[in-house]
Amino acid sequence: MTNITAQIDALPGLDPHAPLLEVTNLHVEFRTQYGISRAVNGANFKLAPGETLAILGESGCGKSVTAQAIMGILDSPPGFVTQGEVKYRGVDLQKLPENERRKVRANQIAMIFQDALSALNPVFTVGYQLGELFRVHRGMSRGDAKRRSVELLDQVKIPAARARIGDFPHQFSGGMRQRVMIAMALALDPEVLIADEPTTALDVTVQAQIMGLLAELQQQRNMGLILITHDMGVVADVADRISVMYAGKVVEEAPVYDIYARPAHPYTKALLESIPRLDKKGQELNVIRGLPPALTAIPKGCAFNPRCAYAQDACRQDPAPPPHIVAPGRTARCHFWTEVIGE
Amino acid sequence: MSDLEAVAATQGPTGQPPEPRHVDKRDKPRSLAGDAWNDLRRSKVFWFAAILVVVIVAMAAFPALFGAGDPRDCALSRQHGSPSGTAFFGYDFQGCDVYAKTIYGARASIEVGVLATLLSGVIGLAFGLGAGYFGGWVDAFLSRFVDIVLGIPFLLAAIVLAKRLSSDPTNNGITAVTVTLGVLGWTTAARIMRSSVIASKNQDYVAAARMLGAGPARLMMRHILPNSIAAFIVVLTILLGTNIATEATLSFLGIGLKGDAVSWGIAISEAGPYVRVAPAPLIWPSVFLAATVLAFIMLGDAIRDAFDPKLR
Repeated sequence: MTNITAQIDALPGLDPHAPLLEVTNLHVEFRTQYGISRAVNGANFKLAPGETLAILGESGCGKSVTAQAIMGILDSPPGFVTQGEVKYRGVDLQKLPENERRKVRANQIAMIFQDALSALNPVFTVGYQLGELFRVHRGMSRGDAKRRSVELLDQVKIPAARARIGDFPHQFSGGMRQRVMIAMALALDPEVLIADEPTTALDVTVQAQIMGLLAELQQQRNMGLILITHDMGVVADVADRISVMYAGKVVEEAPVYDIYARPAHPYTKALLESIPRLDKKGQELNVIRGLPPALTAIPKGCAFNPRCAYAQDACRQDPAPPPHIVAPGRTARCHFWTEVIGE
Repeated sequence: MSDLEAVAATQGPTGQPPEPRHVDKRDKPRSLAGDAWNDLRRSKVFWFAAILVVVIVAMAAFPALFGAGDPRDCALSRQHGSPSGTAFFGYDFQGCDVYAKTIYGARASIEVGVLATLLSGVIGLAFGLGAGYFGGWVDAFLSRFVDIVLGIPFLLAAIVLAKRLSSDPTNNGITAVTVTLGVLGWTTAARIMRSSVIASKNQDYVAAARMLGAGPARLMMRHILPNSIAAFIVVLTILLGTNIATEATLSFLGIGLKGDAVSWGIAISEAGPYVRVAPAPLIWPSVFLAATVLAFIMLGDAIRDAFDPKLR
């Protein structure tokens, strides 16, 4: 344990007072045979210990790619980080050699995948997979590793953890599997946890349990949590701040209450309006017309302009709208945010 | 839960954890091997194939157990003689005991089959895993090499290679045939391995393992290999069967085992011309050969099914 801490402390440029995680102007592109697909085009955000940041957006807007780029597990090729910095306590992770960066993964920053069944190795028991982490990273003996694994499964509230440790991933239910995944991510006590759509594959009652568990574990450990989701309902209760992404850009960033009360970007507004509501029962649902742009051909100017009710000529021309400061700690990339927020 | 707390309480900080308790009725196997055994135990195909393999392997290891006479004790006076004494299958053209030759022939067949398959397996695994895991130019290079080997006409190459390798006339040719079969037979296995490595390389659990700080060696050996080996093993068991058959073919053609070697292939080859006079010396080694090939293929299939958690 001390060994690992010492290794991390020795990272060049580590500054305990720097933000826990800071992503600046991150650009990721995929070079495919059909052209260059720009998945992330300048993502910015900061995360403090104990804080929950939700990254919200439709499918294909670059949420998961952002997470993979932070972890440094992009498939490369075809994926490349072309610009920008990912700083963990002041250390630029992109500049670390691969073997140093590997130590940061799981020890400092860990990630939960959407589909726990495919994210767990099907040929080993969960006990083996958990124990392996302790044996490899912490040099524990088999017995100690097993004890720690049981403790951890208890912490994520798997009933009868001691008996289930010899089970294979396919023998667990969906919710239990996601708990195992959470246990694996938390095994080495990371300071940042990235949850990539942790509840999408689960039914609604289990969703609430898993979100509750995540919130509880986060509080116990004072972790920074990045919650990636497309479900506005999921984030409302747990997130402190929300970053809304569209076509690889953060179009609006705001504290959670403000964004629900008064969205400042037309896209955020449209997303909120498209949530089915009881008081509009029987009426047609509000949808956002059109599709997100193909990432190989992102529209000029504001990427949202073809689908936007507020769009004017200025929106269709470069440069794209800069992040306007709506309030302290709140930005929106829209030329007409005053109109959007004013209604 | 109270059960578990009680268990936890009885357990000292340094003591070995007590036997895990099963909370539900379901009897849970503790390991992959245990789980597989549970499955195999109930498989009729497995028992049939396993018994057959055990008998054949026993035949290869201890031919004396089967009460056969000396396969090299031949007398022309007994040419194509009918069964007598321990010669249950009668006598062949040279007056040799067909039963004894069939029993003693198992050894050469099993030896060549198993060793050649292992050789093919090692080469195929290295090529398949390397090409699939590294991709890019490594894959291009290794895959083209596989294509080249695959493009060589098998029989032609086998004749050239076996002849070249067994130039010493006193040698019985087992090494030569093994190397020939091993070196020429690994291509399909390598291709299968490559494709299943590519398939499992892109699975989420590999990304998850990378996320948890696993290095390339660990990813390859712990996550990709165990998940892609199933198809490879099946190909190898089929290869084991065909290797045994091919050894017989090569021996039949006169480029396989030779000298005083006793093998099913040689026996079949020798009996061929007289099949209309005396079919028994041809039929019995052929039956044993076919049964052996079948047993290994069925065994491989049953084991594959049991060890693949994805099929359950």
